[in-house]
Amino acid sequence: MEFKLKIWRQKDARSQGRFVDYSITGVTGNMSFLEMLDYLNKTLIEKGDDPVAYEHDCREGICGSCALYINGRAHGPADEIATCEVRMRLFKDGETIVVEPWRAKSFPVIKDLIADRQALDKIMQAGGFISVNAGSAPEANSIPVSRESADDAFDAAICIGCGACVAACKNSSAMLFVAAKVSHLALLPQGRKEARKRALAMVAKMDELGFGSCTNTTACETECPKGISMTHIARLNREFLLSGFQT
Amino acid sequence: MSKLNAKIPEGPLADKWQNHRESIRLVSPANKTRLDVIVVGTGLSGASAASTLAELGYNVKSFCFQDSPRRAHSVAAQGGMNAAKNYKNDGDSVFRLFKDIIKGGDYRAREAYVYRAAQVSNLSIDQLVAAGVPFAREYSGYLDNRSFGGVQVSRTFYAKGQTGQQCLLGAYSGLIRQMARGKVTMYSRRDMLELVLVDGKARGIITRNLVTGELERHSAHAVVLATGGYSTIYYLSTLAVGSNASAAWSAHKKGAFFANPSFVQIHPTSVPQLNDYQAKLTLMSESLRNDGRIWVPKKKGDNRHPGEIPEDERDYYLERRYPAFGNLVPRDVASRAAKERCDAGYGVGETGLSVYLDFSQAIGKQGKDVIRSKYENLFDMYEKTTGENPYKEPMRIYPAGHYTMGGLWVDYNLMTTIPGLFSIGESNFSDHGANRLGAGSLMQCANDGYFILPVTIGDYLADDIRTPKIPVDIPEFEKAEKASMEKLQILMSVKGTQTVTSFHRRLGRIMWDLCGMVRNEKGLKDALQMVGKLKKEFWSDVRIPGTLYEVNQELEKAVRVADFFELGHLMCEDALAREESCGAHFREESQTPEGETKRIDSRFSYVSVWEYPTKGKHHILHKEALGFENVEIQERSYK
Repeated sequence: MEFKLKIWRQKDARSQGRFVDYSITGVTGNMSFLEMLDYLNKTLIEKGDDPVAYEHDCREGICGSCALYINGRAHGPADEIATCEVRMRLFKDGETIVVEPWRAKSFPVIKDLIADRQALDKIMQAGGFISVNAGSAPEANSIPVSRESADDAFDAAICIGCGACVAACKNSSAMLFVAAKVSHLALLPQGRKEARKRALAMVAKMDELGFGSCTNTTACETECPKGISMTHIARLNREFLLSGFQT
Repeated sequence: MSKLNAKIPEGPLADKWQNHRESIRLVSPANKTRLDVIVVGTGLSGASAASTLAELGYNVKSFCFQDSPRRAHSVAAQGGMNAAKNYKNDGDSVFRLFKDIIKGGDYRAREAYVYRAAQVSNLSIDQLVAAGVPFAREYSGYLDNRSFGGVQVSRTFYAKGQTGQQCLLGAYSGLIRQMARGKVTMYSRRDMLELVLVDGKARGIITRNLVTGELERHSAHAVVLATGGYSTIYYLSTLAVGSNASAAWSAHKKGAFFANPSFVQIHPTSVPQLNDYQAKLTLMSESLRNDGRIWVPKKKGDNRHPGEIPEDERDYYLERRYPAFGNLVPRDVASRAAKERCDAGYGVGETGLSVYLDFSQAIGKQGKDVIRSKYENLFDMYEKTTGENPYKEPMRIYPAGHYTMGGLWVDYNLMTTIPGLFSIGESNFSDHGANRLGAGSLMQCANDGYFILPVTIGDYLADDIRTPKIPVDIPEFEKAEKASMEKLQILMSVKGTQTVTSFHRRLGRIMWDLCGMVRNEKGLKDALQMVGKLKKEFWSDVRIPGTLYEVNQELEKAVRVADFFELGHLMCEDALAREESCGAHFREESQTPEGETKRIDSRFSYVSVWEYPTKGKHHILHKEALGFENVEIQERSYK
């Protein structure tokens, strides 16, 4: 297969970026998208050019490092998939592929396709935890959790923190990211005690860091590589409202 | 040999840890707040250690090369985490878990160390549940367990096929809580380049800021390495692409002994290689072997579609060879058996380098929904990778480099041979002897990070309560920074023609072929020559574009690969010196008539502990003798 690539190149945070065109041949359908980029980089390095910088690590869709906007979609052309899981067989031979970093005010570009997502860690610091020190945990089976709650909590807890929800949202809102954590912990008896405080603190931090507000466009749910549902946003709103009544 | 004091406490096996905790020195709460600790790596062991140390009052500096500590590679562990809770009432106990690990490791691990791991495992499960890890539940609301390879009880706690992710995020949540309190300062996007010693003690590290390229000096009263494993030395492995040995190797070069470097676990069930540019191999959890049956056609080169091969023309070779354990034999056994069938010409798929892992019978008996509820994400991952639907046709799998049992030598306090330098999780030579049982890695990481290191480090730091903050403007830091810079400059100045990755691929191939699943004397001697030659070629012809002071991913890779050449050399030397087979280390010269591993206890019942040569060229081998007083040493049989 062969492709035309339009890739965002940007020297560093301070420089202006631009799209650069490349063509690539000899791609096979079972190559991953990132392996295709590796192959491109090999040819660039051998020619004496600078390779395209992008983030990746586990390459099996679980670490959340990879974060490319491909042909106008976060993580590319398929649903419930991270960039590293995208295979070239998903593209038409000869197609032009546009590759960009996440675009959001809270995610400044560091170089080429690498955006700085530290803001997500800062939101988590505001309350994305249960305040339990090592040593003070009770015996594990002394906290029964209904299977239903455990499964629902798991469905929220599988967020990989990639930020696709923010990148896909026209408001650059991190609501789905926050909701997934609030929901995961609120559904478990261990996390209930701090649930309302947590919701309030994480939403406040999200606002402070310049993420937009949620207008229910559902773009986040569509692009989430783990298929996390917007019903978690409803649960977040409930915790948030209740916390307001309480204080 | 004087340096090798494992400091195993006196007393009966079951009391050692308790006695030790009650007799080692403590640091008072007020004094803890005056002491700094560096923790490198934010996987399950690093994150749990950093948060727990901070909870105790120490000032922690935490480092990772990723953009966020939540991405460390523990996140990818799939199947589960062991603990000796005996929730299934199937005869499990601390002693049985201990015995299983010792046997699984083929009698090449320390009894006291392993027994402690089994004891602490129950606390680790309690802690992670309290932190909000959504482990699988029964309908009653109590925790569910499943079985894993190499054992006959069900003691594995799991969260579908994402147990590592959930455990890591549990530890990460503790870490960010301490970051919010200001007790942990997080340094992400940093590579550790050098360990800094002051008066022979570990007092700091030199890091490269991976965004600006600047070198930085960080000091502390003690340094903890939680930097994971190194099977990325094979280039293709199940590990994250960024996993590397450089932090551990820099410590080794400063005097930390390295133990059992050649003990590498080759995982039996990974998706086979699909193309020449492949960057990694995708693991399919061992838990799949609970319901999947492994087979190849009985006829050589049978290229019919698997569904068209009738039952009596299939060779379920694990069930045939190992009737007692069947598909649930330990990883090393399953890997070699797959290689044996493929090498003999019975492998399937385009390259003949894969075997079937078949769920049709399990789906028939239990229904698709039950199988989906157990393995959904794994089946999805397989389909995304290969384009084939494992609900309809069998998976194709092949062994891949996975976990390194070898690592930095540590004593009972988890301290290396350098005073003040500790190593936890996969980066130490661990509880696992010559082969790790499934679901033992998360267990060890959580044990080390939450419950062992935070206690034992006090015994060392008790001497430091009057030591003020370690300054970084002293000659030791200056010298280390200069050495780091020189290494980077030399790499940049080669300006050759070949990419770093092309060297890494070639090194990986040599190591995989000659120091992988099967080893022999001639192959290892050849490998030593070949690695040496390739290393020379690397230093004279590698091309690293860009500059030092920017994001330079090729330079990051080059530093790691440069260290892999040296580590690869040591792995081959270690494999050569151990003229026996044990666990994952299979020397062709030492096998039973049935082709199983043959240990030679009379000559090799020791840990191989390697000292970096300060003078001369060759590593020095020290031997830590292993004694077994509480288990009967047997031939390790799973028949």
